[in-house]
Amino acid sequence: MEQSNTSRRDFLLTSLLTGMTAIGCSTKDPFTADAPVDVKPSGEKVKLLSVDGEVIEVDKAFLKPVPQLPSVSNAEARVGIPGKKFVMVIDLSRCKSLKKCQSACDHMHHVHSGQNWVKVYPMQDAEHTSPYWQPTICMHCDEPPCVKVCPVDATFKREDGIVLIDSDRCIGCRFCMAACPYSTRVFNWESPDTVSEELAVQPYSCESSVPQKKGTVGKCDFCPDMTRQGELPHCVAACPNGVFAFGDMNEDTVTNGSETFRFSDLIRDKAGYRLMEDLGTKPSVYYLPPVNRNFPFENKEQKAEDKKS
Amino acid sequence: MENSAKQKVIEELLPQKFGKQGKIWVGILLTLCIIGLIAYIRQLSKGLVVTAMRDYVSWGIYISNFVFFVAISLVGSLITAVLRLTDVHWSTPLTRIAEIIAVSAITFASIIIIVDMGRPDRFYNLFIHGRLQSPIVWDVIVITTYFFISLLLLYFPLLPDLQIMLRYKEKTNKWLYKLYHYLGSFWKNTAGQIKMSERAINILSVTIIPVAFSIHTVTSWLFATTYRPGWDSTNFGAYFISGAFLVGAGGVVVAMYVFRTHYKLEKYITDGHFDKMGKILVMLALLYLYFNVNEYLIPAFKMKKPEEEHLRGLFTGEFAPIFWFAVSMAMFFPILILLFKKGRKPLPAFIAGLMVVIGSWFKRYLIVTPTLLHPFLPMQDVPDSYRHYFPTWEEWAIAVGSLAGALLIITFFARIFPIIPIQETITETEQHEKA
Repeated sequence: MEQSNTSRRDFLLTSLLTGMTAIGCSTKDPFTADAPVDVKPSGEKVKLLSVDGEVIEVDKAFLKPVPQLPSVSNAEARVGIPGKKFVMVIDLSRCKSLKKCQSACDHMHHVHSGQNWVKVYPMQDAEHTSPYWQPTICMHCDEPPCVKVCPVDATFKREDGIVLIDSDRCIGCRFCMAACPYSTRVFNWESPDTVSEELAVQPYSCESSVPQKKGTVGKCDFCPDMTRQGELPHCVAACPNGVFAFGDMNEDTVTNGSETFRFSDLIRDKAGYRLMEDLGTKPSVYYLPPVNRNFPFENKEQKAEDKKS
Repeated sequence: MENSAKQKVIEELLPQKFGKQGKIWVGILLTLCIIGLIAYIRQLSKGLVVTAMRDYVSWGIYISNFVFFVAISLVGSLITAVLRLTDVHWSTPLTRIAEIIAVSAITFASIIIIVDMGRPDRFYNLFIHGRLQSPIVWDVIVITTYFFISLLLLYFPLLPDLQIMLRYKEKTNKWLYKLYHYLGSFWKNTAGQIKMSERAINILSVTIIPVAFSIHTVTSWLFATTYRPGWDSTNFGAYFISGAFLVGAGGVVVAMYVFRTHYKLEKYITDGHFDKMGKILVMLALLYLYFNVNEYLIPAFKMKKPEEEHLRGLFTGEFAPIFWFAVSMAMFFPILILLFKKGRKPLPAFIAGLMVVIGSWFKRYLIVTPTLLHPFLPMQDVPDSYRHYFPTWEEWAIAVGSLAGALLIITFFARIFPIIPIQETITETEQHEKA
């Protein structure tokens, strides 16, 4: 315990210079209990700027990279990636409810078991219309009803169009859940069972939405942490049928990993639409209608249930 | 008024020690509060998972109980302010009952809303990060304002009575005497003080009416600002206010009866009071009925898809038993009873009042929960427990505990202070005699 107390200051310092410290730092971890007590000062000092703005000298031997720290600060995460406007296109003609998107998302975001950020609905609009699979995620609305009602600015809309949650600020009033017409938000009624102790103590990042915290709201975040690294959101990458195409509206391109489309062409040619347009929420998620389908609609869960009864 | 008559009024109205009944009553209430507290401690340590609320029903009986408390607290403004400003004098003996119901209910409304929070430890975020655009922040502002105005409306008319109680030192104990002294020793009953106090009360009476309307209108907006069927209604503010006056007036009738029989106050809370309050109750019940017809008939006429599911659930489906129970208890039966002169006698009026209060509690539940079980997209990809809601013992214990807590405040208040304003009663009698 003592060790971790004395190293708190150093910890803060290192967080400022994560990149720099990769050069010539000790291989032994001085911040854990099993670390050797005798980390020998190398004698080589490094000048650092503390959080208070003072310049301090620290021995090089005490520096180490801290990979679990959020890659961007909370303030940056609230602004977003400049010049971008993220969109998703979900092609209903390609979906057969494999739910790979769901399991990848649940796994990567450590979502509480039983809850999902991606939901795949068997939909049938009217008695004589054809059923189809409709995956839903957070719609990242341009007029987000959830953001409107949040009393503490814990859920916010970024310049790049993404709606995120600051779990360190959320008071758990659940007004956003009542306000969201897409039922996309989930609540951490208890500490998520999928979060390891190791993960639970890491600082929360709005961009990765990890680790989820008891008593706060969670939802699909459009994986801005992946986008920053130039990667696709987990659901997009996980889908073998290319149902999800993610991209930037300003560049007018979306991609499902293997194919890339011009967004405006895709929406025009395939008659793209958004959910509950009449509510005026202006979602960032577009749907392509389930025509010329790759797979027939087959509801295995329903069949199993029917057999039981 | 002769001195001996005055003396008698004062002696009859001074607060009395708890008898055996009173002690048992306090004991029961305290037990319920403690059970509620234990349940809350469990909730604090385990999280809201101890409740039956889940992602679809994300607001349960905590929120409906909150709405109930805010509703019943509105009666303070009705009896004290509306009747005072319209120069109605018969209600004077009821003002303090109404005002203490308002204060205790609004106190527990604030407590229960904190109980509903997932992170009560971050309550301060409302002040350091508060967004004025959010209806929750509006609610925090108006409820706090209402609480303080109600407290002052309780306190100012109490000052002359405190002075009377300070004169009757032998009738009280050391601690209470100290309390009275602390609260009211500066009051000397001078003409200047009386004038100032009357002005203050008048100003407060005017102010509290818009604030009272605000607290319940804003509370209704917590629902009406969303898109959901059953909440998405422009009728909601007026619907909530009318329901609030009804349940508050019902609560006052119940309290009147209990205080009257327990403290033998038949001379002060007369049959005439029950008669008049009974008539007010009928009027308010009809008004609430009118808004209910608006609230349900118009969507039911159109039967838009999402509304249809919601309404069928209420009228004939899953919630039909509670729906018809609540509607008949809160409106139909009380109207039927109180329309008749015999029904406005103390006992039947008390029963009708009790029905209003109970029916209204369930009515609030029906406003909150069924809507949440009818989302726009079907309930999918969730465990089975997410598709239904029945409160757990922890939720019941906390809800009942909060109701017991509110009653406890009223009970202790009546033990410490005269529940019928003494000075005002004397003044009114004198004026009456002069006329």
